[in-house]
Amino acid sequence: MAADLWTALLIAILAAFTGYEVIGRVPVLLHTPLMSGSNFIHGIVLVGAIVALGFSTTDLERAIGLVAVIMGAMNVTGGYVVTERILAMFDRSKQRKGGAP
Amino acid sequence: MSAWNSDLVNAVYVVAILVFILGLKAMSSPETARRGIVFAGIAMLVAVAVTFFISGLSNFALIALGVIVGGGLGFYWARVVKMTAMPQMVAVFNGMGGGAAGAIAAVELLGSLAGGATTGLSLAGAVIGSTSIAGSVIAFLKLQGWMRSKPIVLPARQPINLGVLVVGVGFGVYAVASTTTVFLLPFFLLLLLYGVLLTLPIGGADMPVVISLFNALTGIAVALDGFALVNGPLGDAGYAMVIAGTLVGAAGSLLTILMARAMNRSIANVLFGAFGATEETGGPIAGQMKPIDAADVAVMMAYANEVIIVPGYGMAVAQAQQRVKELADLLEQKGVTVKFAIHPVAGRMPGHMNVLLAEAGISYDKLFDRDEINDEFPNADVALVIGANDVVNPAARRAGSPLQGMPILDVDKARNVVVIKRGQGKGFAGIENDLFYKDNTRMLYGDAQQEVGKLVQALKRS
Repeated sequence: MAADLWTALLIAILAAFTGYEVIGRVPVLLHTPLMSGSNFIHGIVLVGAIVALGFSTTDLERAIGLVAVIMGAMNVTGGYVVTERILAMFDRSKQRKGGAP
Repeated sequence: MSAWNSDLVNAVYVVAILVFILGLKAMSSPETARRGIVFAGIAMLVAVAVTFFISGLSNFALIALGVIVGGGLGFYWARVVKMTAMPQMVAVFNGMGGGAAGAIAAVELLGSLAGGATTGLSLAGAVIGSTSIAGSVIAFLKLQGWMRSKPIVLPARQPINLGVLVVGVGFGVYAVASTTTVFLLPFFLLLLLYGVLLTLPIGGADMPVVISLFNALTGIAVALDGFALVNGPLGDAGYAMVIAGTLVGAAGSLLTILMARAMNRSIANVLFGAFGATEETGGPIAGQMKPIDAADVAVMMAYANEVIIVPGYGMAVAQAQQRVKELADLLEQKGVTVKFAIHPVAGRMPGHMNVLLAEAGISYDKLFDRDEINDEFPNADVALVIGANDVVNPAARRAGSPLQGMPILDVDKARNVVVIKRGQGKGFAGIENDLFYKDNTRMLYGDAQQEVGKLVQALKRS
């Protein structure tokens, strides 16, 4: 296994603990937005899809790469908008609550 | 690559990853949650933009086309969909991520089947990504109601599923061993089939847990793809994917466990239990459902000291939260104490009810968790159940019931129970509800928005 892979493995272990710690004691109220938010973050797959398509050389590779980019882009924009819409509701209620006498 | 653009790309990825972590952290607290997603969004935008600077990249027109088409579709769809359909939208967009991970792995495998460890990692990414997209699509179809939400159980499904998985992976390994790309086709097809078979026997009520699980799986698939890319000439994008993917894989796994725990079930039981597939036979149900008029309910509530409102999916479907808010305000004007009892899995997702009630402007301090409010029910004059079913089913306390052990709201302990319900049908889990047959329970049949509206009108008149 190449040195790069060992480095990546070490990084992955640290990232796993980070993910675990960050979620730690989250209130039930936020389970849905958090699932949606983490769904958005794995939209980083779009970066990999762009690279895969960008280095494709055959037509078959290009076709599959294009599918990857389309799906990755949907993951990113859809994931963001859904999360934003859910969280926007919390914001509004807070303003109303604050505005009430 | 070793030019200025390489440093630029790397630097941006590093910052983006940092912001992702901080954003996720911010999203785990209500005060900072919105800021968290906005910052993560900006980081994502910059990370994607800078990817175009990676040297040696070609096919720019196709990439732009894909980003515009996919991005536009995702944006439009997520914008127009109703709030009640949010759970299945999470499933869809998660599936897209899994599909993208599978497709990336396919491109890498088509490029070379002789990459050693890298090829193995691509295969693993393909396995998980394909399972995730197929499973997510089934989850979407079930939640959207385009497919029977009850578990679909094939005979001998456990050995069949395992067989499909093993033979599928076998084709992948054989493709690598013989460096013959044509075997990749059955490999991918069988894994997609595996994702479908895995999700079919899972009932609609368990879907949130399953979506969360597929979310974690997609994260892991993205990380595996990242590992494979790290070894190529384009390591930088790979590291970003490894970190973000693993982050989601770990956070998503924990979230899945928390959700399953809220329903008092194990992940294995959710995945392999085919929960609710069999009709319960033993439940002796005495009495019958007794209907009541909205005007009578209004009087009952107006003279109560304490009313506990228990919202469920029916409220979400009918978009009744605004009316519920009016009802609560009117009752409070009459000196009635109003509390909301929120079951952790009421609706289709944890936190679903909190979100809708927050949208209607009901303040947080009136919303109570199951643990906080269960002791209150005996003191409540009226418990008003709005479109909730399984989470208030006392059958959960009875041995032998499929719901046995699921934590429920003790609604049946209130002095009077009023259930607003569309018809006489069963809940999402497909199990008869004893609560509806109790002596102190009255049924108010109809659409939640209309019926709560009638209650509001009646209260205004009195």
